[in-house]
Amino acid sequence: MKITLKVWRQKSKEAKGEFKTYQLDHVSQDMSFLEMFDVLNNDLVKKGEDPVAFDHDCREGICGMCSMYINGRPHGPLQTTTCQLHMRSFKDGQTITVEPWRAKAFPIIKDLVVDRSSFDRIQQAGGYISVNTGGVPDANEIAIPKKDADAAFDAAACIQCGACVAACKNSSAMLFVSAKISQYALLPQGQPERKTRAENMVAQMDAEGFGACSNTLACEAECPKGISVTNIARMNREYYVSKLSSDNV
Amino acid sequence: MNWFSNLLSSTLGRKLVMALTGLFLILFLAVHLAGNLQLLKNDEGQAFNIYAHFMTSNPLIKVISYVNYAFILLHIVWAIILTRRNRAARGPQGYAVSNNTSHWSSRNMGILGTFIALFLIIHLRGFWYEMHWGGIATANYDGVDYKNLYAVVDAAYSQWWYVTIYVVSMILLAFHLYHGFGSAFQTLGLNHVKYNPVIKFVGVAFAIIVPALFALIPIVMFLD
Repeated sequence: MKITLKVWRQKSKEAKGEFKTYQLDHVSQDMSFLEMFDVLNNDLVKKGEDPVAFDHDCREGICGMCSMYINGRPHGPLQTTTCQLHMRSFKDGQTITVEPWRAKAFPIIKDLVVDRSSFDRIQQAGGYISVNTGGVPDANEIAIPKKDADAAFDAAACIQCGACVAACKNSSAMLFVSAKISQYALLPQGQPERKTRAENMVAQMDAEGFGACSNTLACEAECPKGISVTNIARMNREYYVSKLSSDNV
Repeated sequence: MNWFSNLLSSTLGRKLVMALTGLFLILFLAVHLAGNLQLLKNDEGQAFNIYAHFMTSNPLIKVISYVNYAFILLHIVWAIILTRRNRAARGPQGYAVSNNTSHWSSRNMGILGTFIALFLIIHLRGFWYEMHWGGIATANYDGVDYKNLYAVVDAAYSQWWYVTIYVVSMILLAFHLYHGFGSAFQTLGLNHVKYNPVIKFVGVAFAIIVPALFALIPIVMFLD
């Protein structure tokens, strides 16, 4: 199949970016979206041009590295990761516009690569539990209701790709932060740091410059892991209760 | 009190203020509508004028009305602060192509709110200001003089453009409420599998019925 690609090219963080158009006429519909970019980059290298920089790692939909805004939607037309998107989702002769995630807290490093270390700093602010070292405890020693375990696991499925931020008109990171807060708040292991976690992670999220939540639900619609906005409601509860009842003055 | 100012200045705290003031204003709308429906009584405005007198003279109502004014201002000012922050979070470069899956009103609460605020200025100038400081003629019921606010309303609603402004504003209010009602509960963290359908149903019903009844009053009075 033939396609026309409009790709955002930007040499560095400070450089002014622009769209460049490329014609590809030997694309197989069985290619993944990233393989299509590999083909494009091969062509560019052969011509002595600078290949398009883009983030990728596992290409199995589990690492959260890939991050392309394709035809006006994070990760493209399907609710999946860019690496799991295939060219059969597009029509022969179609023009595909590819942009990087746009958010103040995700500055562009080059072309389609954005700096998502703000997510790491939020995670470091409280997305962990303290565990005593010693003998390995039995896996099922602590009884956890199945429903809670399932809900925690669903929240933990977040791969930190940032599609929620990309989809949000406010570049809000609340789906990501709420998933991380929920995953620990629902489990007994998360209780010791529960209140401090909610306060610190929200404070770091604000410090990074992410926006507020307008409840448009755009994040939930685009999340490749299907994280629910019920987590955002839970985060709100966790945060208000923590602020009003914790010892952190 | 550092923790408290932290709470209020956080994105979540600011949304909390929006949700709480929003829900109070929703409650106010319901009470306001109940009072206004007396305009449709066939008594030359007697019930409405006595009600208007009560609402502007009862000390408890006075306190509540000051809270109401404060909440309207807070709702507007906080919305401006939040919108500015959200715009900044987006960064200078927007997307060239954008396919939004979200509901239109959820993305345009600021625009809807701006029009509602403009309507509020016209509305308050026309009736609220007149009632408090304007030279309104009086009507006598059972030997007591009451300001005849009904006559002011009646005169305003006899002009087609005034009625049009009201009806259009109520449509905008309906869209604002359609998103705002349910959104406020989500912001407060009140998301529960049992109550979500109830909140959704009541929210949609409120967003349709209340503005529709508000719009009905000027239409009926104009046609009369």
